[in-house]
Amino acid sequence: MNHQLVIQDLTVSYSRIPAVHHLSASLRCGSCVALLGPNGAGKTTLLKAIAGLLPVETGCIRFEGHELGDHPSRAIAYVPQREAVDWDFPITVRGLVEMGRYPALGNWARFGAKDREAVEEALHVCDLEDLADRQISALSGGQQQRAFLARAWAQRAEIYLLDEPFTGLDRNATEAFAAAMRRLRDAGKLVIASHHDLKSVEALFDQILLLNGELVVCGPTAEAFTPQNLDRAYGMHIFSGHAHHHHDHA
Amino acid sequence: MNWLLEPFQYEFMQRALLACVLVGFTNGFLGAFVVVRRLALMADALSHSLLPGLALAAIVVGLSPAGLLLGGLLAAVFVALGGHLISRSSRVKEETAIAALYIVAFAFGIAIIKYAGVKVSLDHFLFGNILGVGDSDLWTSYAITCAVLLLLVAFERPLLLAIFESSVAKALGVPVGLLLGMLILLIVLAMVSSLQAVGVLLSLGLLILPAATIYLLSDSFDTMLWGGAALGTIGSVAGLLLSFWANIPSGPAIVLILGALFLAAYLFGPRYGVLSRYFKRRHLHEESLERWEKK
Repeated sequence: MNHQLVIQDLTVSYSRIPAVHHLSASLRCGSCVALLGPNGAGKTTLLKAIAGLLPVETGCIRFEGHELGDHPSRAIAYVPQREAVDWDFPITVRGLVEMGRYPALGNWARFGAKDREAVEEALHVCDLEDLADRQISALSGGQQQRAFLARAWAQRAEIYLLDEPFTGLDRNATEAFAAAMRRLRDAGKLVIASHHDLKSVEALFDQILLLNGELVVCGPTAEAFTPQNLDRAYGMHIFSGHAHHHHDHA
Repeated sequence: MNWLLEPFQYEFMQRALLACVLVGFTNGFLGAFVVVRRLALMADALSHSLLPGLALAAIVVGLSPAGLLLGGLLAAVFVALGGHLISRSSRVKEETAIAALYIVAFAFGIAIIKYAGVKVSLDHFLFGNILGVGDSDLWTSYAITCAVLLLLVAFERPLLLAIFESSVAKALGVPVGLLLGMLILLIVLAMVSSLQAVGVLLSLGLLILPAATIYLLSDSFDTMLWGGAALGTIGSVAGLLLSFWANIPSGPAIVLILGALFLAAYLFGPRYGVLSRYFKRRHLHEESLERWEKK
């Protein structure tokens, strides 16, 4: 079983302040992982580090036995928060999904039958076929999220990193997005999403990674999502760098 | 048809026509990237900062196109890089830093231009004169058109990735900074090529008006690219004819025609025009009222 994302002793800083400390965890493909923790716990920092957007200070991240580091990987797709996107960009849903093929195509290769097939497949998996020719601002929030998921699928990504994908979605949109996420999981992909609504965790995710600067717990939702663990993450003050440095080696 | 063909019996008008086609096409094509990357004000700053470079080049080497090209290029790069440097090393934000630099550079250009030995007038640089286009100007424009087209077509995919989401593009290994630097360099080149036609001050119009017009009409970036190029070409040629028959300078004529097209798209564009959106909304409103009454 090589298909897992292994994080070892990872420390990452955000504008020079360490935000994730010596974190070790391993996540298997074919699961939906909720990244949980209070504000400032380092959820986004961890996502960005896995995506290769932030430099790693200590430790390493390995996927399928290879170290992810300086060299970028197409196996990983980062889906930004919705506010970070220019929705008036002159592009349709299909155009956005086609962008997922660009890294594989390089500058000159023609957009061929295989690429078109990948795009259709991605639209199908994310249930966007009817919306393919819409400009991206003419979509609802949940549809916009799914469009980015489809782009990642067209990229043939194995790991999907989502930053608060459920924020602002109503019940129907949440259900539709969760369905798309489950389809990725069943296809053997690893979906990691930061999440803040504790009430919906059990319905949406089969694994959780709970952190507050340090790892609190990582494991199947049924075992790890306990009041005790949540108290440990949310109850005590957030580990915020050297000023409050204290470890309890109990 | 006489009004269309008659002007081009003159050789200077034939040259002017060729210059219009080259300059209109190049700027229209490049404009798509400028509009989606929101570089219009940056481009304005760059166009102003060309002046001191041109003036210095005219003083040092005279009015050779190569010298002017180099002078303009260096001055614009100096302002762009300088602005970047100041914003990084102080609390002044980038747009303020660039504005501060370019306006000082512009003043410097105006101050020194009288020391240029040859018969240079400020008007020539500021407003251009398309009827005075020489062979070497045409060759320069032609080379710049080729370079811009080739580079933009070659790097369209990574450029789009970099413009749409720079952080994701970085994660995929796209050299974002390098590509945006190249874009700025191409903007300066395109402006230098349009100097003779419309001058420093109006070159911005050729760059952004065609692409902005198509942006109001289409949701496809490729349409913006090629449509912008086509519109830039047509608008420039139409402007040239207007300037011939109405006896007004070519620069303002071209920019006025492109501006009229932009205004038309803003008002009457089928999807994003303000009028059609207004009527569509009213239509929907009445429809929903009707449905309510039927209930």
